[in-house]
Amino acid sequence: MESTAPRATGRRVQLMATCLCDAFYDDVAVATVEVLEHLGCEIEFPENQTCCGQPAFNSGDWDASRKVMRHALDVFPGDVPIVIPSGSCAAMCFHGAPLEFEKEPDLPRINAFARRAWELSDFIVNGLGVTSWPGRFDARIAFHRACHTRGTGSGEASLQLLRSIKGLEVLPFGEAEQCCGFGGTFSVSFPHISASMGRLKLDHALHDAPDYLVSGDMSCLMHLGGLSEKESRRIETRHLAQILRDALHSA
Amino acid sequence: MAHQQIDTFATDLSPEVQEAVHANSAAGTEKRFDVLATDFGDPNPLRKLAGAIKQHTIENLDQYLAQAETQLAKHGVKVHFAVTKEDACQSVLAILQAADATKVVKSKSMISEEILLNDFLGANGVTSVETDLGEYIIQIDHDHPSHIVKPILHKNRRDIARSFEREGLGDYNDDPETITRRARTFLRQKYLEADAAITGANFIVAETGRMVIVTNEGNSRFCLAGSRVHIALVGIEKLVPSDRDLGVMLNLLGRSATGQQLTVYTEFISGPAHGDQPSGPKEMHVIFVDNGRVETLASDCREILRCIRCGACMNVCPVYRQASGHAYRSVYPGPLGAVLSPLLVGKKFPELADLPKASSLCGACNEVCPVDIPIPDLLLRLRNRAKQEHLPSPGTPPMAPFALLASSPILWRTAMKAGAAMNVIPHGMIPVPALQDWLKLRTLPAWRGGKFRTWLKDRRKNH
Repeated sequence: MESTAPRATGRRVQLMATCLCDAFYDDVAVATVEVLEHLGCEIEFPENQTCCGQPAFNSGDWDASRKVMRHALDVFPGDVPIVIPSGSCAAMCFHGAPLEFEKEPDLPRINAFARRAWELSDFIVNGLGVTSWPGRFDARIAFHRACHTRGTGSGEASLQLLRSIKGLEVLPFGEAEQCCGFGGTFSVSFPHISASMGRLKLDHALHDAPDYLVSGDMSCLMHLGGLSEKESRRIETRHLAQILRDALHSA
Repeated sequence: MAHQQIDTFATDLSPEVQEAVHANSAAGTEKRFDVLATDFGDPNPLRKLAGAIKQHTIENLDQYLAQAETQLAKHGVKVHFAVTKEDACQSVLAILQAADATKVVKSKSMISEEILLNDFLGANGVTSVETDLGEYIIQIDHDHPSHIVKPILHKNRRDIARSFEREGLGDYNDDPETITRRARTFLRQKYLEADAAITGANFIVAETGRMVIVTNEGNSRFCLAGSRVHIALVGIEKLVPSDRDLGVMLNLLGRSATGQQLTVYTEFISGPAHGDQPSGPKEMHVIFVDNGRVETLASDCREILRCIRCGACMNVCPVYRQASGHAYRSVYPGPLGAVLSPLLVGKKFPELADLPKASSLCGACNEVCPVDIPIPDLLLRLRNRAKQEHLPSPGTPPMAPFALLASSPILWRTAMKAGAAMNVIPHGMIPVPALQDWLKLRTLPAWRGGKFRTWLKDRRKNH
C-alpha cells in the first residue's frame, strides 16, 4: 500500500472480475458474487470493465499499461471498495499503478483508486472484520499463497478463513514461499524456467495428495493446472472463492 | 519463438550444476529464515531500519565520502578515488610499483572481480593469489564466481577434488577436510611470501574512518599479517555514517548471508601499523571505486546501492536456482545482479537489458533483503527503460494491441465472445506465438468469455 490514507471499506462494493475470470473462469466470478452477497454486500459490476493493465506493466510497456489503467479509473468511479478475486490484480491496482504513475499528473486519482482496491480474502477479513467462515467442506487442500500477496494481509486472511471451515484440512508443504513460475509473460518468454518452477511447486504442493490445489489467484492455477494436465498429473484446482461458496451451499 | 538468453542458458545447464545450485541456495534460505526467526521473531523492523540507514547514506554520499576521507587520512591511510575500472587497476599497480611489491595475496572482493584485477595484475608482472578457498578454486579453474558470497556454489566436491589433483595438490581426494587442509598448506606459504595484501571492505564508517572486513576463514587477517602494504578496494556505497550503525548491519549481514549470527572473523581496522598498534602492514591504501555507481545514484534505481552483498536475494530466487549465477553474464547474479549489472555498465545497458526480465516478480528477494531494497519495483523500472529505448525482448508479446482492446469496452466484449472460436479451432493452428509457447508445456482451459456477464444479467432480471 503506497498511501497511508485509510483504505475504503463498507458493504457497498464494486466488483472487478479480472480478465482471466471474464475469459476463462466465470464460475470464480460467480462464486465471488455469492460470497460477497452472503456477507450482505451490495455489488455493482461496472459493465465496461476490462483489465487492470498488469500484463503490459510487467513487460515494461508502461505507456500501454497506463492506457488500460486510465480506462479502469473511468470505469470504477466513486469511493466504495473495489473487490478483486486475485492478489496480483489487486496488487497492480494498489502498488503497480502508483509506481507507473509516479511522474504522471493524474497520480492523485491513482492513489485514491489504490486505496479502494482489495483482494477478496483481505477484504473479507481485514476490510469487513469477518474472520471465520460458516458451512462445511470435506476436503484436504494445499493452499498456494500467490506471490503478489507478499507483504499484504491476504495470505494470512485466506488461511484464516479456510481453516475455520468445518471438514477442511489445509496441508502444509515444503518451500511454500516459492513462486509457482507463472509470472505473466514470463511464462512464455522464459518457458523452461517457468515450467521447472511449476514442477517444483507441484512436487511440494501435491506431496501429501490433497483433494484440491487452492489459491486466491487464477493465474497461478491456470499455469499449475495446465502444466499438471499436460504431464498427466491430474489435480483439481479451485479458487478460494469457490471453496467459500461451496462451504456455504453445504451449510 | 525466440526465448530469453537466461532461459536458454538454464535449458542447457547440466543437471549436476543445477542440482548443486538449487540445493545450496535453498539451504541458505532455510538457515537464514531459522536464525532470524529465532533471534528476532519478526526481523522486518530491523530490515527497515537498516534500509533507512543505507538510504540516508547514499542520499548524502558526497558528505559521507568527504568525512570518511578525512578520518581515514587522520589514521595514516592514503585515500584514492577511481572513476573507471581501468583507473582502479592503474591505481593498484601504481601503489604496488611504488612499494616494489610483486607478490600479492588477495582476500575475497567482488569489486576486484568487477574491475578484472587479477588478469590486469598478471599482465603486469604481479602474481596475485586468491586466499578465500572458494575464490582460490575459481582462480585455479579459470572460472568466475556464480554467487557473491559462495563463489563455487555451482561446483560439488568431486569437481574440486579433480581441480586439486590437476594442480598438483595431491592425489584425487574429495573429502572436504582433506581439500581444506591441502589449500591451507599451500596458502600458508603464499601469505609468508607476500609483499602486499589486497582486500575489499564490507563497511567503512564515515564518522571514525573504521574499516570492517568479515570473513569465515580468517584469510583476510592472514593476508594482512604477512604483508607490508594493504590495499582495500571499496565501492563508494560501502559507507555507513557511524560506528553505532555497524550494530544493525553486522546483526543482519551474517544472518542473511550464511545463517550465522556473526561471521567467524569480524575485523575492525583503523589504519596501518603505528605506535599504539605495532603489528600489521606499514602502509595502507583505500581506493574508493565508482565504476558506474555515481550514474546509478543519479538513476531512479538508486535504492540498489543500499546493498550490503549478503546474497540472500539470490539464494531465495527461484530463477537463480534454476539458471545459476553464470546465466547472468556479469559479476553480480540473481535479483541483485539483474538490477545492478545493467546499471553499472552505463552506455552498454542494452547488452544486459534482458537481465531485469529474468524474474517472475515474485518478490521473495525484497522479502529477504536485509536493507529492504524494493527489487521487483527496480526490475520493473528497468523493463520500462528497455521498452523506452526500443530494445528487443524475445518472447514477450507486443502490448499495444492489448492496450487498445482493454481500453475499448465494445472491442473487449466482442473479443470475449469471439474467443470462443478457440474451443473449435485446433489450438495448434492459431498463429499466436505466445499461445504456442504456452501450449508446448501446458494445456489451456476452455474459453468461457462473457459467460459471467450473461449469468449476472440473467440473475438481476430474475431477482
